[in-house]
Amino acid sequence: MPRVGFFTDTSVCIGCKACEVACKEWNAVPTKGALELTGESFDNTSELSADSWRHVAFIEQQVQTPSENGPQEGVRWLMSSDVCKHCTHSACLDVCPTGSLFRTEFGTVVVQQDICNGCGYCVSACPYGVIAQREDDGRVFKCTMCYDRLKVGSEPACAQACPTQSIQFGDLDELRERAQTRVEELHAAGQDKARLYGESPDDGVGGAGAFFLLLDEPEVYGLPPDPIVTTRDLGAMWRRVGAAGAALLAGVAAAYLSDRG
Amino acid sequence: MSPRRGPEEEFTSYYGRPILKAPTWEPLDIAGYLFAGGLAGASSALAAGAELTGRPALARSTRLTALGAIGVSLAALVHDLGRPARFVNMLRVAKPTSPMSMGSWLLAAYSPLVGLAAGAELVSLPMLRRVAPIAGRGAAVLGAGVATYTAALIGDTAVPTWHDGHRHLPFVFAGSAAASAGGVASALTPLAQSGPARRVAVGAAVAELAATTAMERSGHLSTQTLREGRAHTLMASAKVLTGVGAGVLGALGGRSRVAAAAGGLALAAGSVCLRFGIFEAGRASTLDPRYVIEPQRRSSRSPSAADSAPSETAADAPTGG
Ligand code: SF4
Ligand code: SF4
Repeated sequence: MPRVGFFTDTSVCIGCKACEVACKEWNAVPTKGALELTGESFDNTSELSADSWRHVAFIEQQVQTPSENGPQEGVRWLMSSDVCKHCTHSACLDVCPTGSLFRTEFGTVVVQQDICNGCGYCVSACPYGVIAQREDDGRVFKCTMCYDRLKVGSEPACAQACPTQSIQFGDLDELRERAQTRVEELHAAGQDKARLYGESPDDGVGGAGAFFLLLDEPEVYGLPPDPIVTTRDLGAMWRRVGAAGAALLAGVAAAYLSDRG
Repeated sequence: MSPRRGPEEEFTSYYGRPILKAPTWEPLDIAGYLFAGGLAGASSALAAGAELTGRPALARSTRLTALGAIGVSLAALVHDLGRPARFVNMLRVAKPTSPMSMGSWLLAAYSPLVGLAAGAELVSLPMLRRVAPIAGRGAAVLGAGVATYTAALIGDTAVPTWHDGHRHLPFVFAGSAAASAGGVASALTPLAQSGPARRVAVGAAVAELAATTAMERSGHLSTQTLREGRAHTLMASAKVLTGVGAGVLGALGGRSRVAAAAGGLALAAGSVCLRFGIFEAGRASTLDPRYVIEPQRRSSRSPSAADSAPSETAADAPTGG
């Protein structure tokens, strides 16, 4: 089974939030409660959470726009539909002590809800702040890339609902090629700040299964600029734990032995 | 590497929102567990020494301390789960990539040994008395793991202060655990037998202070969280209590039982403050996106200046005791 993924091309996102709605509908994800206005442009979802598996970010930027009388103050909107990255090296999966989080035959990362004991380790391990706990329930929830739909050969609900093909689903290798072509097109059209985010298998998480084309720095969209999978340093941690444990025993032994001499 | 923000660095974020999710863990449960687990593990090490060198009163107090502390630890761990009834799911798999999984197995092996060793102090069964020394020695070895694996437990997260501290935390925790165990044992044991406990307590307190200072000076931006707000209050209290406790115990603990008790309890209190301080600093580092964005920007611009550059200094690896 080839690995599948999402390529989210934010340059064509119109901020309609159809992906958010489709995701909630298909996966029966609860609402957060009463609708609140955040004052953060058109964003009232705010973040990915146990109850929001897609999150459309809205950024308003002051820019110079050309006009008949020369450049003028204008506004541009950046919009981007964020989602779980389904990391190649996924910290959430690595640290889960129950095996509740697992990698599917499609290369995606999914929580088995009947096993999760709500320890919350994955929440602190995810370098993107994606996976989160539903407080009343105790367990954690996140995007499954519509595992049930993939199993029967259809595409995830968000990708199907997206009216502009900002969210593209498919074979990961093919998506990477498509994204490369697209970013070159944008560069040729003068969009120098366009860049791919998460597409490289050489990055800190071994490449994301859900990657993005952004029009500005990642942190502008609330994304970490250069995340690493926390387990990369685990070997060093265990060695140091071993050394510290040995030092503790040696110190105690010395305290007893020093009595005799 | 300066922990301060360079003037050339423009800081942008998404409406100032955190990038990471804050730990779901309750401070009382998890910081409490870090303390109680450390106290238990190091007490078991002391207990084995007491048993091997024929100090029955010291063996008794440390074995019972280990039992009480590990009981509290297990209760705190189970209480902190979102689905406590599913605690046993921890023992479904054994995953070396998950310090929590390794820790669960460690506790599963360690706790019964502690129970056997302490059981011999509580009920006089000849059979128990025969296995207690062996169980106690096993508990000592595993206890060293229980006291230190928690550094990998919190280090193996994306929480900036914890992850950046992963080189120092094992030594901070080993020192803090031994200082608290030595302190409690000094408080609970007659002077004639508590000499080794006092020496462990004082030596470990010095090691803990050195390791903590090295961690605070490691140059990571996230170490700022150890110097701000509630975390700072807790860390500063930890230092004062540990310093004063070690001083009192070292100077007067051999002569006065009252001084031994006061100094020992101050050390234990210092260890409590340290764990809560580190917990709180980590939490704070998830709330401000700066601690995620700035180091990552620096490391992506110049790999040589990566925030995680190894720093093997002498103060990096103090030995316990
Ligand atoms: S983005 Fe976070 S939750 Fe998603 S796979 Fe990666 S580590 Fe896990
Ligand atoms: S909260 Fe659930 S999915 Fe997350 S690490 Fe714990 S058991 Fe695994």
